[in-house]
Amino acid sequence: MIPRHLIIGMSAMLIVVLLMGIYVWRMRARVVELHPSSADTRAVAPPVTGRTEQVTLLVAYEDSGILRPQSARIPLPAGRQQRAEELLRALVDIYLGESAPHRLARGAEVRNVYLVNPGLAVIDTDSAFADGHRSGILEEELTVASLVETLSANIPGITRVKILVDGKERETLAGHADLSGFYDVSAVGKMAEQMQSASQ
Amino acid sequence: MSSPESSGGLLLSRPRRFARLILVGAAIVFTLLLSGSSADQKRISIYSTAANYSLPVTERDGRDYVGLVEILDPVGPVSAKTDGQHWKLHYKNVDGEFTAGRTGAKIRGKDFDLSANFLLENRRGLVPLTSLSTLMPRFLGGPVTFHENGRRLFVGSVATQFSAELTKTTPPRLVMNFSSPVNPTISTEPGKLHMVFVREPLVPPGSQTLNFGDKTISSAIYQENNGAAEVMVTGSASLMASFSNDRRTITITAAPPTAQNQTQMPTPPIAPANVAPIPVIPSIPTTPASARRFFAVVDASHGGDERGAALTDKLAEKDVTLAIARYLRQELESRGISVLMLRDSDTYLGLDQRAALANNVHPTIFISVHASSQGSGVRLYTALIPSGDENRGSFLAWDTAQSSFLTASQGALGSVASELQKKLVPVRTLVAPLRPLNNITAAALAVEVAPPGSDTIKLRLPDYQQFIASAVANGVAALRDRLGIQR
Repeated sequence: MIPRHLIIGMSAMLIVVLLMGIYVWRMRARVVELHPSSADTRAVAPPVTGRTEQVTLLVAYEDSGILRPQSARIPLPAGRQQRAEELLRALVDIYLGESAPHRLARGAEVRNVYLVNPGLAVIDTDSAFADGHRSGILEEELTVASLVETLSANIPGITRVKILVDGKERETLAGHADLSGFYDVSAVGKMAEQMQSASQ
Repeated sequence: MSSPESSGGLLLSRPRRFARLILVGAAIVFTLLLSGSSADQKRISIYSTAANYSLPVTERDGRDYVGLVEILDPVGPVSAKTDGQHWKLHYKNVDGEFTAGRTGAKIRGKDFDLSANFLLENRRGLVPLTSLSTLMPRFLGGPVTFHENGRRLFVGSVATQFSAELTKTTPPRLVMNFSSPVNPTISTEPGKLHMVFVREPLVPPGSQTLNFGDKTISSAIYQENNGAAEVMVTGSASLMASFSNDRRTITITAAPPTAQNQTQMPTPPIAPANVAPIPVIPSIPTTPASARRFFAVVDASHGGDERGAALTDKLAEKDVTLAIARYLRQELESRGISVLMLRDSDTYLGLDQRAALANNVHPTIFISVHASSQGSGVRLYTALIPSGDENRGSFLAWDTAQSSFLTASQGALGSVASELQKKLVPVRTLVAPLRPLNNITAAALAVEVAPPGSDTIKLRLPDYQQFIASAVANGVAALRDRLGIQR
């Protein structure tokens, strides 16, 4: 015969387990409700901390089809390559904003920047950067010019820039801007100047 | 049946299909490596509903042989086993037994005689090509047609038929219609245009020689050679070809005389090696300078699966560019300017293909048509030359070929911009990293047409498209008049 106090104890524990189960079930449903299935596509790179510096970002404006210099204070690491990466990430962050003057697709990211002597910078973007980019000569040209001009304005000594997507060469950014070759920084500078002077 | 281990042979069974594929692939690659990539390598092409493929032919004792497993493998599951001098093959539910150095074999349990000895080399069973027409139906159980001279094997009803008709327009056009899409390699020499169909199961029309009774395009000859079908079109002029109807139609016309002085023309750049096949390579015209004519190439950008920008939910850039390009051709021709359109249907053409097509007809001007929902009016672009090799002497680097023609391009851009402004169209002139502009060896510009106002849907209005095309054509005609080139 099972002692009475043992039956009462076991029953109490079963009731607690049942109640806990109901509670967990309800909490789970609530979490699903609060966080719909859309993935958080924000970059997962750790935030850079430390001394902030004043930099100039060349920001694209689609409505007028020009680049405008915009000052920003961002934390910059000491390494030249890391500085280049943080600069472009700061630029891309602007384009991911809700009221950005030139928008990039959610999840667009500069994965890495490699500085290769003499004077070559290789920008590696992710697939969301290119796959979600709006197609059009001017739209794509603005993105390329903005990246190249921002790099050259803040990192001296860069003469050529190559843009990759997911570490691989791609023919065009979104059907127009050529990504198969190397961009000459001085030629892109002239292109940007022409954009300013020819704005409609 | 003895096990592979006990027989010392090789058993290629279904669970080991992957290993077999690797072995077959390695054998083919090894054979190719040994033989090199010489154009003289003998090949046989097999066309079936499952796949079209080409295999190397091995020559032994003056006879041509081919691996039986390699032939059957892409068509269905096949396994083979070697037991001393005996070689057993199992294809689907058919068994075959061959003996090295003998002509006699057993297929489906019945005797079969090969036209020459069966060969066993490194456990590969080789059969003589001359036996394929009788041997293959035994395994496949269906009709097989073997064109022995051309080394082309047709399994089932897979043939691509074609017809050729000459339309006596000025200039005359030879229109070749194919029953399925084709992608031949095309080359030309003065008065001849040569098309080679390797992957297409092309079969001859009624007669192998077609005479058209015309001086400009006089005849077309069909022949088969080394696993490929070839069509040679002959005429009195330099010929060029263009594709339409989703690559089901090839139109051959006389290449327009060039506007450029050929004696000073730099050697056209050669497209990168990975561009294959380049569809049209007309020869260099030899028109005297006194007879030079103004000739335009109009390129409707994008096409096929490459839709370009999504202008609206339902309107793709490729459709608008084609419509505007057609109006532009009409407007240019009405001003006496000869035009070649690179695509006249919803067809995909690669950027290198577009450049190669244009460069080989030596146009006076190349116009790439684009469309955008951004902004309003028209944006005109010349090439932003990428950082790369410099042009040396008469040879031009592919990526920077346009650099020698930038001044001419800017002149053309100025002329077109001026005419657009006369019609009060908002114009913006820019440079852009836009291929194939930088590969073009002529004055080259891109015309990006935006809607007249903020309403993107107006881009599809025929009146607006024709209005823009007319203004651009005025600019091109003004350029021609300024250059003093005859109509």
